Amino acid sequence: MLKAVILIGGPQKGTRFRPLSFEVPKPLFPVAGVPMLQHHIEACSKLPNMKEILLIGFYQPNEELNRFLSCAQQDYKISIRYLQEYAALGTGGGIYHFRDQILSGGPEAFFVMNADVCSEFPLPEMLDFQKEHGDSYSFIILGTTANRKQSLNYGCIVENEKSDEVLHYVEKPGTFVSDIINCGIYLFTPEIFQHIGEVFQKNQQDMLLYSYEGEEQSNGWHRAEVIRLEQDIFTALAGQGKLYVYKTDRFWSQIKSAGSAIYASRLYLNQYHKTHPERLATNTDGGPKTRGNVYIHPTANIDPTAVLGPNVSIGTGVTIGAGVRVRESIILHGATLQDHSCVLNSIVGWGSTIGKWARVEGTPSDPNPNDPYAKIDSETLFRDGKLTPSITILGCNVNIPSEVIILNSIVLPHKDLNRSFKNQIIL
Amino acid sequence: MKALILVGGYGTRLRPLTLTVPKPLVEFCNKPILLHQVEALVKAGVRHVILAVSYMSDLLEREMRAQEERLGIKISLSHEKEPLGTAGPLALARELLTDSEEPFFVLNSDVICDFPFEDMLKVHQQRGREGTIVVTKVEEPSKYGVVVYEGDTGRIHRFVEKPQVFVSNKINAGMYIFSPAMLRRIQLRPTSIEKEIFPVMAEEGQLYAMELQGFWMDIGQPKDFLTGMCMFLQSVRQQAPERLRTGPGFLGNVLVDPTAVIGDNCTIGPNVTIGAGVVLEDGVRVKRCTVLKGAHIRSHSWLESSIVGWSSSVGQWVRMENVTVLGEDVIVNDELYINGANVLPHKSITDSVPEPRIIM
Ligand SMILES: Nc1nc2c(ncn2[C@@H]2O[C@H](COP(=O)(O)OP(=O)(O)OP(=O)(O)O)[C@@H](O)[C@H]2O)c(=O)[nH]1
Ligand SMILES: Nc1nc2c(ncn2[C@@H]2O[C@H](COP(=O)(O)OP(=O)(O)O)[C@@H](O)[C@H]2O)c(=O)[nH]1
Ligand SMILES: [Mg+2]
Ligand SMILES: [Mg+2]
Repeated sequence: MLKAVILIGGPQKGTRFRPLSFEVPKPLFPVAGVPMLQHHIEACSKLPNMKEILLIGFYQPNEELNRFLSCAQQDYKISIRYLQEYAALGTGGGIYHFRDQILSGGPEAFFVMNADVCSEFPLPEMLDFQKEHGDSYSFIILGTTANRKQSLNYGCIVENEKSDEVLHYVEKPGTFVSDIINCGIYLFTPEIFQHIGEVFQKNQQDMLLYSYEGEEQSNGWHRAEVIRLEQDIFTALAGQGKLYVYKTDRFWSQIKSAGSAIYASRLYLNQYHKTHPERLATNTDGGPKTRGNVYIHPTANIDPTAVLGPNVSIGTGVTIGAGVRVRESIILHGATLQDHSCVLNSIVGWGSTIGKWARVEGTPSDPNPNDPYAKIDSETLFRDGKLTPSITILGCNVNIPSEVIILNSIVLPHKDLNRSFKNQIIL
Repeated sequence: MKALILVGGYGTRLRPLTLTVPKPLVEFCNKPILLHQVEALVKAGVRHVILAVSYMSDLLEREMRAQEERLGIKISLSHEKEPLGTAGPLALARELLTDSEEPFFVLNSDVICDFPFEDMLKVHQQRGREGTIVVTKVEEPSKYGVVVYEGDTGRIHRFVEKPQVFVSNKINAGMYIFSPAMLRRIQLRPTSIEKEIFPVMAEEGQLYAMELQGFWMDIGQPKDFLTGMCMFLQSVRQQAPERLRTGPGFLGNVLVDPTAVIGDNCTIGPNVTIGAGVVLEDGVRVKRCTVLKGAHIRSHSWLESSIVGWSSSVGQWVRMENVTVLGEDVIVNDELYINGANVLPHKSITDSVPEPRIIM
């Protein structure tokens, strides 16, 4: 049997996703109409002998997460549990801490996935690949090709081209190492815990050697338990005949910035043609006009003269008035777009209102369409002291008055604007 | 009576409109700028209008032949081979202006106001000097050349260019009435009436001022063209409110040509002029704009403080603002944001213009 672990991080992570991560844990942010994590869960649940999915993170248990867990368990008929770390233990520390939970029931193998990726999740292919390569003890990293410049922002993998064995692993190098990058999706056997355990032992010894008078034991223990899969495990395992890379050319992207959530939505909406055609809106009499791929939650109330798409996701209870235009955007739960307003390349927060003839517009940061290996840049907000033009984000309960323009701006929650803004963060 | 209108400038500051239509023929509030003046002159008893022209005069000539007939007056064109400035054209038209002893009017072609021609004649005759010029009050005199004159007699003492300390808040309004004797001062060469002729006349006690009542605007550049439109529409509201369009969807002063077609759920105004044959599709919002003849604005667009050139086409969900001027036959694609663009004629715009600039 199989299990899967999804690393969901915690409130201190995902800062590039602010202000949206103030309202909802980033892994639950809707991408193509459903919580980011649901795409992972659905992919796992399709594997016939998948028995359990464990979410590991350091969020306080909260209502939203609980509701999501119980819905997902029902929908996918699989056990899903949340395991809370007492502190951020890193990408390897959490799974080591909860190794008994992962291993209970005796899985032959388990997947580990970063929550903040969007992917076609070629999990069956990874399983086949594991059977074909090395022995049953080998570990598999899902890899993909990036361009040289962007590879520096990822974990870089040098492989033996014949055997696909990982010869060298380096996380976010300063200079070019390889254009094969780590997708944050792994297939491990239980043996991985021996390797993590070795690092843990070593950390503990280091703690004893270097700890100074008065430092609390628990603190030392904690620091020994913080382990990074990438730097501490993969780098050491490379070249040992244990670690292999399965390369995919299917869609894949990180979801670090809010802008990448719009891009990820586009990728998943496109996949819906195969996986969930029922989630794609069609042009019907009395319904709004749609162009390209559009997701509309059934509870949304949309005037038939509105024009939506491509790449638009409309959340629950959203109201869209006459003659509204939305393109390349995510409209979250309970938002209202009044007549003739126009929303382009933006995320409209929960319960926000956009007045008549207002224009809310951002600048997309899509990967270069002429480079098949280009990824989306999730750069920092500022470059040379100036806000880099990005998608426009309205936090929750923001009010945009009629007839103004909000361009390339980020509006923090609960703000009533009274005029136009361009290229600004509005606190 | 006669009047000479200076229409020979290139109108460079009203480009891109003046690249395809000479400035006097650009419609201001649905009537060519020049006709506002000519019609007011006719009302004041002028029967012969002389247009001092230098470029694009064919178009002007054709248009004026039609107007001659309609208004029952004589319109002559006085062609210059080289631009003669604001005084030289008077010398060129000397013969036409001196065939009687009557005083004659001289006008800049791009000022708009309640033209006070009858008062000018009266005041000029009372004073019995060579010239009377109309002056108007401005808020920021330091930006203009101001006129310093005696309040009770109107006698002009001097002109001061862009005064740094306050000397007067009255400026030359570009409307004059002269006795034929004044023409001896002008030679047939490029000359500025404001800089070279008026100071001498003032010194000799031959130049008087008459203060204009009501609004006034030099509409020679887009920003002022729009401001002038607001003033003009307000005066229409006071004098002939029936000419303005009212009813659901219309706010404030809005002038709509009867041949324009306006869709459902539009909100138009305040301060909008819609020209002949213009089409506004459903759900369009327009405020403080002039939309010239034959333009087409597609649904759900939003326009403010802009001039849409003849036969231009603005796509759906376009936002256009901040003194954007589209020349003739410009196409703006759907969903673009156009901020303060100056777009040359026959251009098709496919990308947003987020900051003011000229689109060649
Ligand atoms: N006949 C004639 N009229 C002129 C000449 N120069 C300017 N004018 C007119 O004098 C008046 C005042 O000139 P300006 O306000 O400078 O207007 P303009 O020269 O047309 O326009 P700009 O190119 O924007 O300066 C306008 O009515 C012009 O048409 C000229 O050389 N000959
Ligand atoms: N449970 C848990 N998850 C983590 C921790 N640190 C990072 N993650 C998750 O691991 C994934 C990768 O995060 P990280 O390595 O920090 O970022 P990246 O290198 O920029 O992809 C994300 O889904 C994070 O939420 C941690 O300490 N505990
Ligand atoms: Mg000039
Ligand atoms: Mg002028």
